[in-house]
Amino acid sequence: MFKAFSGGVHPREQKEGTKDRAISDVRIPLRVVIPMIQHTGAPCRPVVKIGDTVKKGQIVGRVAQFITSPVHASISGTVREIKEAPHPTAGKSVSVVIDSDGKDEWDTSLRGRKDAAGLTKEEITDIIKESGIVGLGGAAFPAHVKLKPPKKIDTVILNGAECEPYLTCDDRLMIERPAGVIKGLLLIMKALDVNKAVIAIESNKPNAVESIRGALKNPDIRLEVLPTKYPQGSEKQLIEAVLKKRVPPKGLPLDIGCVVHNTGTAVAIYEAVCEGRPLIERIVTLAGDCIKEPSNLKVRIGTSIKDLLDECGGAVKEISKLIVGGPMMGIAQPTMDTPVIKGTTGVLFLSEDEARFFDETTCIKCGRCVDACPMNLLPSVYAKLVKKEKWEKLDDYNIDDCIECGACSYLCPGRIPLVQYVKTGKRELFYMRKGAQ
Amino acid sequence: MDEKLTITQGPHVFDRLSTQNMMYGVCLALIPAAAASVIFFSWKAVALMLACMSSCLLTEAFFQRLRGKKICIDDGSALLTGLLLAMVVPPDLPVWMAILAGVFAIGIGKEIFGGLGHNIFNPALLGRAFLSAAFPAHMTVYSAPIDAFTSATPLGLMKFEAVQTDLWSLFLGNVAGSVGETSALVLLIGGAYILIRKYADWRIPVSFIGSVYILGEALHLLSPGKYPSGLFHLLAGGMMIGALFMATDPVTSPVTKSGKWVFGIGCGILVIVIRLWGGQPEGVMYSILLMNAVTPVINIATKPKRYGT
Repeated sequence: MFKAFSGGVHPREQKEGTKDRAISDVRIPLRVVIPMIQHTGAPCRPVVKIGDTVKKGQIVGRVAQFITSPVHASISGTVREIKEAPHPTAGKSVSVVIDSDGKDEWDTSLRGRKDAAGLTKEEITDIIKESGIVGLGGAAFPAHVKLKPPKKIDTVILNGAECEPYLTCDDRLMIERPAGVIKGLLLIMKALDVNKAVIAIESNKPNAVESIRGALKNPDIRLEVLPTKYPQGSEKQLIEAVLKKRVPPKGLPLDIGCVVHNTGTAVAIYEAVCEGRPLIERIVTLAGDCIKEPSNLKVRIGTSIKDLLDECGGAVKEISKLIVGGPMMGIAQPTMDTPVIKGTTGVLFLSEDEARFFDETTCIKCGRCVDACPMNLLPSVYAKLVKKEKWEKLDDYNIDDCIECGACSYLCPGRIPLVQYVKTGKRELFYMRKGAQ
Repeated sequence: MDEKLTITQGPHVFDRLSTQNMMYGVCLALIPAAAASVIFFSWKAVALMLACMSSCLLTEAFFQRLRGKKICIDDGSALLTGLLLAMVVPPDLPVWMAILAGVFAIGIGKEIFGGLGHNIFNPALLGRAFLSAAFPAHMTVYSAPIDAFTSATPLGLMKFEAVQTDLWSLFLGNVAGSVGETSALVLLIGGAYILIRKYADWRIPVSFIGSVYILGEALHLLSPGKYPSGLFHLLAGGMMIGALFMATDPVTSPVTKSGKWVFGIGCGILVIVIRLWGGQPEGVMYSILLMNAVTPVINIATKPKRYGT
């Protein structure tokens, strides 16, 4: 099989616990904490005041910039506080705290458009922008920006790889809502004026493949089953696997005529355009050996992890690590007060046995990191240079190309935290360049 | 804050293979060869293995203590060096010389450079090179297995007397040679194990063995009377232990994929050159040590092409 990208690793998939768990609704939370940063780009500013009454779907934060995305109230109720609160990726963020009024009422100005066929591509993109749709695969890049590319696009790839261990939210979505996935994709294709698309799914999701295949009637959309390997879901690696083309250094997929969206994003786009629903909830995989009932839940944005843990029957053993995202690229959280945001694909509750911690030992130059790197880099060299603080040399080894997938650290027999060194190196190099200007 | 929650950067899961697993795994892979050596050379092999392993471990502990570092001889690397060293010395070597070689291998070959991961040369081979330089008379006398009469090695017979040893004996290993190098069969079993378990990268043994075979066989076909066959080259001397267990030492071989090919092919060419045209019957040790020396250069020259260019 040549349908693959170079490098990569095969971590234990750990999807058994949730892959057959149908998406279920949860109780409406009594309180949500809605951060103003839920996307790549300019942070929003609150547009509501303490004491304001808000409806579900009403915009509570926005900013007049191109690369940004508004945030909406995910429940109806009263704005209780506007404060700095824990944030899963940024540490802290200004957040709007809403207390529920128990009614869960929609903002009445929102309306669906069953006649999506009559919409122009500009109208579709505007609805997507106003609805706060961002990439739901984790990176949370504003979806409307990717729909206004400065270059001609010929192929849309829908990313159903879901290569992170444990996570099954996209898998379940493709199994349960194949029509939504495809309708969303058709809207993306229309907005981009493209007539060729590929839905790419890893081979470890046979049910999702069957489901999409069954619902797929459009000959312009091809279904591609890719051999399972991490990090297949990374944009550049997915493009390499599907189109056998590589995105040039510092470039974007659009440089080779391609745009990638996540399957979850496609469903969100469909709901925004056809049902008039802004992005106020998402599917989250809750897994790990510490929870009683691993699940896939439809969660309102701003729900705290603590609430979700209760929803899954609580903890059955001591939680040593709380991770938002997958175990490869996810971020360990210091507190259960962290809210679910748009980019939250999963929350993992891991015991000490499952998320083992190792002390760093010495590099034995085995080259396993080099073998694993999907970006043709030399991770061991970064660790060496960062330790010696030779920041300027990092550029010679194209450190900025690193996608921080963690394949190198995963495989390192010396347990050297290579990604951590890369992050430090990138940061120092950035400051050094800034200082030089 | 929930104080019990651990905070580290991702990834939060790891492959099972650690440096320690790798080192002990390779030791385990040498057990068939060690067992064969006991059958062939009885107590002499046992004594040499014990002498080399204990001197390597003690030297490592001594140096780590001296440098005020944590003593981590349980990582298995010194044990492996000791075992490998014992495999490549003549069975009749006096035990005190073996101990001295162990001290040299770890002290000069490894710790002086900064310990595990920092050395340039394969420590076990450096220990052997030290013996060849210091005690050449002892390093050229080999005895045949079982009956223990002094006998020339197959490579010596080939080079100096133009006598070919039959390939079947070479494969099984009942020929004169170093403690653990004579039987290609048991080394291949161990080699297969380290490759399947990914303790070593496959590119080096494949390119090393492949280039020796191709080059050896090509020369043999050009002049069958003068040069031995490719298969003879593979089965004779230290070829198997060198290609499978010495050249694959991660520390002293390149990190890049293409660098590993260059390294293996370089070793292969040097082995043929030394064996056929050099002054010595065997060239595996020097070819690997020479390629160890150029490994930093290979790493720089084989820096991978930038993604997307």
